[in-house]
Parts: sequence; C-alpha cells; structure tokens
Amino acid sequence: MTEKMQETATKTTNLLVAGVGGQGVITATHLLSQVALAEGYDVKQNDVVGMSQRGGSVVSHLRFGQEVASPLVSAGAADLLLSFEMLEALRYMHWLRPGGLLIYNLLRINPSTVAAGFAEYPGDVRERIEASWERTLPVDGNALAQQAGNPKTANVVLLGAVSVHLTFSEEAWLSVIEENVPPKTVEANHRAFALGRQAGKA
Amino acid sequence: MREILTGNEAIARGAWEAGVRLASAYPGTPSTEILENLALYEDVYSEWAPNEKVAFEVGLGAAFAGARTLVAMKHVGVNVAADPLMTAAYTGVEGGLVLISADEPGQHSSQNEQDNRHYARFAKIPLLEPSDSQEAKDLVRSALELSEEYDTPVMLRTTTRLSHSKSVVELGERPPECDNPLTSIPRNTPKYTMLPGYSRIRHPLVEERVARLRSRADELGFNRLELRSRGLGIVASGVLYQHVREAFPEASVLKLGLTYPVGARLAQELREYVDRLYVVEELDPFIEEQLRLLGIEIDGGEHVLPRVGEFDAGLIARRLSADGAPGADALLATAPPTPVEGLPQRPPALCPGCSHRGIFTVLSKLRVFVSGDIGCYTLGALPPFEAMHSCIAMGAGIGMAHGMAKVVQPGQKLREKVVAVIGDSTFFHSGLTPLLNVAWNRSDAVIILLDNRTTAMTGGQQHPGTGSTLMGHETPNVDLPGLVRALGIERVTEVDAYDLAEVESTLRKELETAGPGVIITKGPCVLEYKVSAAPMTVDLEACDACKRCLKAGCIALTYEEEGQSAYVRIDEAQCNGCGVCAQLCNFGAIVETARTEA
Repeated sequence: MTEKMQETATKTTNLLVAGVGGQGVITATHLLSQVALAEGYDVKQNDVVGMSQRGGSVVSHLRFGQEVASPLVSAGAADLLLSFEMLEALRYMHWLRPGGLLIYNLLRINPSTVAAGFAEYPGDVRERIEASWERTLPVDGNALAQQAGNPKTANVVLLGAVSVHLTFSEEAWLSVIEENVPPKTVEANHRAFALGRQAGKA
Repeated sequence: MREILTGNEAIARGAWEAGVRLASAYPGTPSTEILENLALYEDVYSEWAPNEKVAFEVGLGAAFAGARTLVAMKHVGVNVAADPLMTAAYTGVEGGLVLISADEPGQHSSQNEQDNRHYARFAKIPLLEPSDSQEAKDLVRSALELSEEYDTPVMLRTTTRLSHSKSVVELGERPPECDNPLTSIPRNTPKYTMLPGYSRIRHPLVEERVARLRSRADELGFNRLELRSRGLGIVASGVLYQHVREAFPEASVLKLGLTYPVGARLAQELREYVDRLYVVEELDPFIEEQLRLLGIEIDGGEHVLPRVGEFDAGLIARRLSADGAPGADALLATAPPTPVEGLPQRPPALCPGCSHRGIFTVLSKLRVFVSGDIGCYTLGALPPFEAMHSCIAMGAGIGMAHGMAKVVQPGQKLREKVVAVIGDSTFFHSGLTPLLNVAWNRSDAVIILLDNRTTAMTGGQQHPGTGSTLMGHETPNVDLPGLVRALGIERVTEVDAYDLAEVESTLRKELETAGPGVIITKGPCVLEYKVSAAPMTVDLEACDACKRCLKAGCIALTYEEEGQSAYVRIDEAQCNGCGVCAQLCNFGAIVETARTEA
C-alpha cells in the first residue's frame, strides 16, 4: 500500500483534491504545492475560486515534476485523489487514472439539496466507493484531529496520509506546516500530521 | 527570488515592477485578486471604482497625465467600460495603459462566456495573452512598453485558468525612477478632445497602427515557433499552449503571445514545415479567422473542437487524434472513465446566517415576479426559494422591472406584480441610473435594495457604502436612503433583513401602493463582518417534521428519518443562530441553545 504514487523523478505527478466550500481544500492544496516547491519541483496549482458562498463542491488541481506545462489534471489522469468528504470522493473518482490511489475522509456533509429534502445522500456511500475503486484508503480525519488535540487539524491529518504516498521528505512537510499554520497550533498540527502518516501506512 | 504566484498575483507584481503609478478596477471573478494584491504595494495608488467604466476612465485620465496605469475587470466588465475604450483607441496615451480582461471560458462564476478577444479587434488595439504566471508578470511590462511605443491602450487577456493557476515566478524590483513626481498634465487638444473634426484625423492613424503592428507582429518577441515533429503543427495561445504541450508533446507549436494582430511570417513557416496544421483555442475561432484571412491553410480548428466551455489536455488529445492528428499522449487520448451518475448535486448555497435568506423566504411565499441582479442573492433563483425569474447583467434588474411594470396590468394578482432585487454593491455599480428612471418615469415596480455592506460574492470588497477604501483609508459612507430619496423616490422604508414579519408586511404594503417604492433590507454579510449568535437547536418533542423550516434553504438544517420518527436536526457547527428557521416554525420547536440547556 505504501508504493509511492510518484513513479519517477521526471514524470509529472497529478493530484486532485476535492471537498466542500469552507473545508479548506484550497489551503491544503497550497501546503502541498509549497512542499513540492521546497523539494525543488516545478509546480502548478489550479483552484476555481470566486464564489464566496459556502457549501459548494470545490476541487483543486496540483501537478508537480521536472517541468509542468498544463495547470489542469485531465479526467482519467490523476495519480492520487484526496477527498475531504465521501460524496465528493464518488463525484471525482473518474478523475483517477487506472491504478490511481483514492484517499478519502470518512466524513459526510449534506449538500444543500439534501438538507432541503430535494435529494438523498447515498446511505451506502462508503460501500459504493470501496466497490467501485480498487486502491482506496479511508481516513477518519476528524476523529484523528480530535486525537491530535485540535478539531481544525483534519486537513493536516489527511495531508499526513497523502505524504506516505509521495517522496517528499518529512522535514519539508513539517517546516511548511510550521510556516503556514497559526503559531499556537503548530504542535497540534505536527501531531495531526504524524497521526495522518500512521493512517496512511494502513 | 522565486515564488509560487497565481496569475493575478503575478500581474500585480508585474505592474509594481514596471512602475505602474495608478490602478483601478471593479471586483469581478476571475480578476478580483489583481487589485487586492496591488493594494499591498504602497507605492502604487490602487482603488476600487464603483464600476468598470469609471475604473477605465480613472486609468485613462492617469495615462493622459503621463502615468503608467493598469485597469482590471472581468470579461463582462469590459462591456461596461467599452464606451471610453473604443475612443481611447483613437486618442492613445501619454503613459502606458494596460487593460486586463479576465475572461471566463466555462463560466464558473459569470452570466456568460463571451470571448473578449473580439474587443481588441473591435477597438483595434494590441492583445497579449500570457500562458503562465511568469509570462503574466512579464507581459504587463511589455504591454505598458507597447502602449507607449505605439501610442495605444493595450489589452492583456487572461482566463480563469491563468488568473487562478499558481506557478513559479522569478521576482524583480521596482526601479526608483518610476516614482519621480509628475508635475503637469500634457496638453494636446487635437489628440485628446474627440470632436468629430479631430477624431477623423485620429482614425486613419489607428488603421495605420494596426497595419504596422501586424507587419511586425512576429518580430516583437511575443510569438515563438517551436519546431519538432513534421507530422503535426498547432497554433495556440494562453493556457491552451500548456494543454497542447501535454496533449501532443512532439507537435511543432506556434505559441502566440500577441493574438491581435496575428502575424503571417511564423504561421507560414509552420504551415510549410508540417503536414497537418491545427489551431487550438477556446470559445471563438479568433486566431483561426485571422490566419485564414492571411491565407494560411488550416486543417482543423473550429470544426474539430467545441465552441463552448473550457478545454483541458485530455479533451484536446481526444478531439485532435479522432480527427487524425498523430502523436497524442496515450493516457490523455483514452476516453476517461464516466462519472458516477445520480449523485445529489452540491451547488453553492446562501451561507448559514446570510441576511438574504429571510428576504427570499418571503419572496418565495408571495410568489411575485422577481427581476434579479448579480450577486450572492442570485442563488435565490434555486430551490427551495425559486424566487428569481430573470437576471441579465449588473444593474439590469431595476430597469427590466420598470419595463415589465409598464406593460403588465396585474390588477389584484400579487403573483403578477414585479419586484426588483439588487445588492448594495451592484446598486452603486449601475443601479442608480435605472432607479432614477423609475422615479422619473413612474412605475409600480417595487425595488428591494439588499444592503449587506460589502461586495459579498467576490469575497468582501469595499464599496462607496462601506466607509473605507481598497487601501484601507477611512472615507465618508454613502447615506443609502438619502441617496434613494435624492433620486426622486418618495417612499423609502428600511427593514431588518432578519425580521420576516416586518419584511413581509412592508413588502405587501408596497405591492399594494401605486408608484415607485424602495425597501432597504439591512443585515451585514456574516462572512465579511464575522456576525454570529449562539446556534439554534430543535426541541424534538415539539418538532412536527412538517419541513416548513426547510424553506429557509439552510445547509445547517437536515431532515432525518429514523424508523417511525422523523424530525429536523440542526448542525450546531454550521448554524449561525440567525433565527430565520425559528420564525418559520409553527410549533416553536426551534429554540436558542441556551434555553434548552436551562
């Protein structure tokens, strides 16, 4: 399971990060790109921003390698999909290339359509994910964040799980986290990252 | 020093490095962050203008006075600024003027996906298109230099995927001589005063300028011919160039940085070198038509690629290889797996606590025709409200409501009466003149000004009603009811946006009264002003599971069924405590958290 998703140093690695507006998808992807940059890669990231309302489906593209051209990951070409929410994992699953790895947070957030009673959240969402993709890694990001001592560190837990499948050094991760989170939360975030790494090796 | 910047951040950096003295814009996705970032440099004067026309005119004035100037707007903003733009093309400038047009193929947050490259041809001004953040930074300087050398405004066009993509940029510095003071305004009446007699003299110069630019287009350093395989040649610009490099790594490529006017020399060279020549561009065949007019034979362009939406490398690889183009990346050329079907949509929704929620709950109940406008509140068109029935352009809602009210006699039928809704920032942008028209030409349309004290949808930018400027200076705050009265509206009522009974009774009264009336609903944006109260909770004993509260369309509420029992649950983490849902409940089942704990 810990086979790295980066096959070679020269090939461009494609990551897609999905979630719900307000969850911090773009910030998490920004941390990823900072680590890639610190490790000497060419990096391109793309987020669709501009609608500030909460609750919409959000997706962020990240590509790194020796020289990256397009900022977009094409559908069917992602090496790794990280989803902060289960329904969004299902929604963006087709972005993965054959053999790609799906890491998803065991969290359910109702879309407004479900909250208002117009649609139903699939009750068997986790089973459907597991049945329709071969390489999956569920992580209970929110529970591990609690364990780390700060419920807001769920994103860093998930990045910890992702980090196991990339070749970046742990030092680079830890220092980028330190530079980008509020000073008071550095310890909790480092604990969250370590818990995520354990979960990522499962 | 190297940094990873978005296209917009790079444009701001480029403007600072190139000695821009003044920048003006109206916020609009995907252009907003350009000015937000420029405002961080104290040596550039940056401001939000009330709309794009004003922003362009402010920029043009500064350019006439000799300053290097940047104005920025989203694609539809250029429609608003088009009037001065067309004539500024005749006058030219003293200091360089670059107009950033941020287009939105795919319209992630826009009412259309018009291709603004046509504006460059329409105005006959040069058009530059960067393909990554480094080029975005560099081309701002080039645009200003070109503007000064050719005596013309220059358009620099980005798309969402350029503006919001991050890539690595080498940073430079701002030369100190950029800030030498300007002490006078150059006077040249025949050049800058467009009376017909003077303007007729300018027009031939515009035509001559385009011809000169076209003849030198391939010598200016913006266009690059990359010769690789002879099997396939592709012409592309902007972010499409990057997609093309991924989709067909071995193809020969003519990368255009200057897309109006397009030159003939490099295109002809590529044509002679390759067997098959394609033009890859989103939206309209803008480059392709220019090349065809220059006599370049194109094997595939607009007939092979979609004319709508945005592209990625996969789409280009599949479409061109299906047409017989050789050498596509194998993975990208494979049809991607199909998405999982039947999943519930996750559209954006009004935030918990949003001050628009109560208004749209009432509008939905009264079932009046709502002539809408551009802002977060356009989401009022979606379920459960379905309380917006038209939305066209910034400020259009009031004028349209007036037109409707002039031709329909609703009698007593509430359903056929017309209400216009418009946010405060949109009202300042272009709602004043149509409201003046309502007051002047008298119609029965009811106008609701949703006053949340910010430009909310683009992330909370200052406007004339916020009491502050982009650069953080305090400034007088427009008296909104006083302004409305000054336009000639006699009945102006201010209501608390969260008081449903007050909103409904005021609206009913206005709908029954002849002549124009304006209701101002007051409630600051909860995101921008960080407004929140203790979360509400549902008293499960009292809840009848009637779902009436769900009409508030709030993502903090969920309808739950467990065996025989059904109820509504409130997610405390999301609830903002605004109390709109509690006012909808007939059973008093939604209560403040503190009360149940007591």
